[in-house]
Amino acid sequence: MYRYDEFDSQFVNDRVSQFRDQANRRLTGELSEDEFRPLRLMNGLYLQLHAYMLRIAVPYGSLDSAKLNTLAYIAEKWDRGYGHFTTRQNLQFNWIKLEDTADILAKLAEVEMHAIQTSGNCIRNVTTDQWAGAAADEIADPRPIGELVRQWSSLHPEFSYLPRKFKIAVTGSPNDRAAVKVHDIGLRLHLNDRGERGWEVLVGGGLGRTPVIAVTVRDFLPEHELIGYLEAIMRVYNLYGRRDNKYKARIKILVHEIGAEKFRAEVESEYARRPHADTKVEERELQRISAYFAAPKFEKLPRWSATFEEARAKNKDFANWVRTNIAAHRADGYAIVNISLKPEGGIPGDATADQMRVVADLGQRYSFDEIRVSHHQNLVLPHVKRDDLFAIWKVLQASDLATSNIGLAGDIIACPGLDYCSLATARSIPIAQSISRRFADLNRQHEIGPLRINISGCINACGHHHVGHIGILGLDKKGEEYYQITLGGSSADSASIGTILGPGFAGEDVPDAIEKIVNTYLAHRQPGEEFLAAYRRLGPQPFKEALYAAA
Amino acid sequence: MTTNATEKGKILTANRLRDGEVVFLTHSGEWSENIDGAVLATEPQAQAALEARGKGDERVNLVTGTYLFDAERRDGHVFASHIKERIRSLGPTVRVDLGKQAEGKGGHFAALQGV
Ligand code: HEM
Ligand code: SF4
Repeated sequence: MYRYDEFDSQFVNDRVSQFRDQANRRLTGELSEDEFRPLRLMNGLYLQLHAYMLRIAVPYGSLDSAKLNTLAYIAEKWDRGYGHFTTRQNLQFNWIKLEDTADILAKLAEVEMHAIQTSGNCIRNVTTDQWAGAAADEIADPRPIGELVRQWSSLHPEFSYLPRKFKIAVTGSPNDRAAVKVHDIGLRLHLNDRGERGWEVLVGGGLGRTPVIAVTVRDFLPEHELIGYLEAIMRVYNLYGRRDNKYKARIKILVHEIGAEKFRAEVESEYARRPHADTKVEERELQRISAYFAAPKFEKLPRWSATFEEARAKNKDFANWVRTNIAAHRADGYAIVNISLKPEGGIPGDATADQMRVVADLGQRYSFDEIRVSHHQNLVLPHVKRDDLFAIWKVLQASDLATSNIGLAGDIIACPGLDYCSLATARSIPIAQSISRRFADLNRQHEIGPLRINISGCINACGHHHVGHIGILGLDKKGEEYYQITLGGSSADSASIGTILGPGFAGEDVPDAIEKIVNTYLAHRQPGEEFLAAYRRLGPQPFKEALYAAA
Repeated sequence: MTTNATEKGKILTANRLRDGEVVFLTHSGEWSENIDGAVLATEPQAQAALEARGKGDERVNLVTGTYLFDAERRDGHVFASHIKERIRSLGPTVRVDLGKQAEGKGGHFAALQGV
């Protein structure tokens, strides 16, 4: 289980007392808002529509029961009894008071949590596969490399004032679940013929107002060269990245403007110029970090669990849940449980304090005290015995946490939108709710198969709409909300940016539009063909016709 | 001409510094949590005066992020023109159990339901 070393906890505690002092000076007026804003943002505190919002980092999406119980405690004591899990594997509280924030940060520090680097033009918390260390298809756990990068980048003086924020994602599996192609830097593990590890380095992906897929600058970088090479990338970015215009400041714009070839050449020449010995990743250091992520002691179990098979045969709802919410574990007799935070008509990613406690308890009892947050705004119990699945399902069911829709139409990603966010141009949650109700029939969802619907409330694209199979972007037209629909996006291995189909829709017309799109797919699909594959084969035309044909 | 004709103008709003609560400047220069308490400035001069007053209260650390928005007063109740301000003066449309609308200090109009 991941934990901070002593240096980190000292550091986090210092930051809390620093912030307490800063907040007090703000409240008494010694600091003006202009002076204070960057300080509060550095500690994850935003001013939103109804109150302050606190964004809490969940490094690698990894939690234990003590942490999750602390989040539940904070939700009840200082917020309104719930929190919102985000696509960045963070948790956001929506009703925070400035005068309480230092106490909240102190409470978080007790369980080695913080809100540092969740904001500002620094290297943000590194994200990874929510199934890290558990997935059957994994080459190696990506978190030690994520942590290596974090330790190198945290408060690195050269990287604290970048032209713009910087996001890194790492995957250790050939099936990318970390969306590495839409991050500033994506790292992807490969093995060569001799079984040695190397990292594919992707640069310049991103969403927001200029969505782009990253380009690969190195196919196979030996692991010990990783930090030196990343440093070269950061240097080139720091040197050439545009600081004059915040909309052009992300590294994706630089890569785009000078071209992938030139960018690659700049990085290689910067890298060649530098003494590699200084930045070589020491085997010993990597082992030290890896120890933090050591796999739990799995029991030797048979692959086949009679208890499980029997329950599955007897209970259809359980069988359906198993079909969508359970993923293959690398250890025999174990499974990965995905907990949907998307009940019918619910608010995607919201969890009540009670639900957090239920999951914390299950994690402690059944999953080696590990819980994960996924970037699909769901929770995960990564290491569960198949024998225990039925018992877990029963508990989840009693807390409205057992919806069997992972990866299906109801598993919608949505940002907070205009219900909470001061940057929003339209609401996104009610759109998610109305689509979720429209597709409430789980049998129908299973029949439709894998489908990613992603919704953002403005062009910043926090809801990843560009990479939704169906993407929905909320905009403002003369004071009215309306919604633009894109098709064919994906953040997986064959990542792509969705295509705008045509004119937007009023909110109340969105569920009909989605239904027409889905029906068009069902009418045209070949046996076994998933939505994205069908769209790629068919192109936008039949969908356009269905949507815009004169009624 | 009726006596309760609709008045159009601007309202000054902000977030209260210590807790972030949405507030509106009143006639007497206090900050109200309820949009109905807001003073509606119809003339540019009066609007400029509200802004100046707001800047003053930012300087003395009562509120932060002051700005004017379009609104109208009908029958003694204030309606914001834009949906964003209506949501700010009620609370989230997806949690009508929370925020001003649930605490008896919401604007005198219904929350948007669904979409
Ligand atoms: C409610 C408060 C929020 C604010 C004020 C906010 C603000 C922003 C802004 C301004 C950007 C654009 C930055 C740029 O392109 O340079 C952005 C991007 C992003 N936000 Fe948020 N956001 C909020 C909530 C969220 C939530 C809830 C999520 C997760 C569901 C999220 C995930 C993201 C992601 C993944 C991006 C990256 C897009 C990219 O790759 O460029 N944000 N956010
Ligand atoms: S996409 Fe826009 S509306 Fe949604 S959370 Fe991000 S900034 Fe807010």
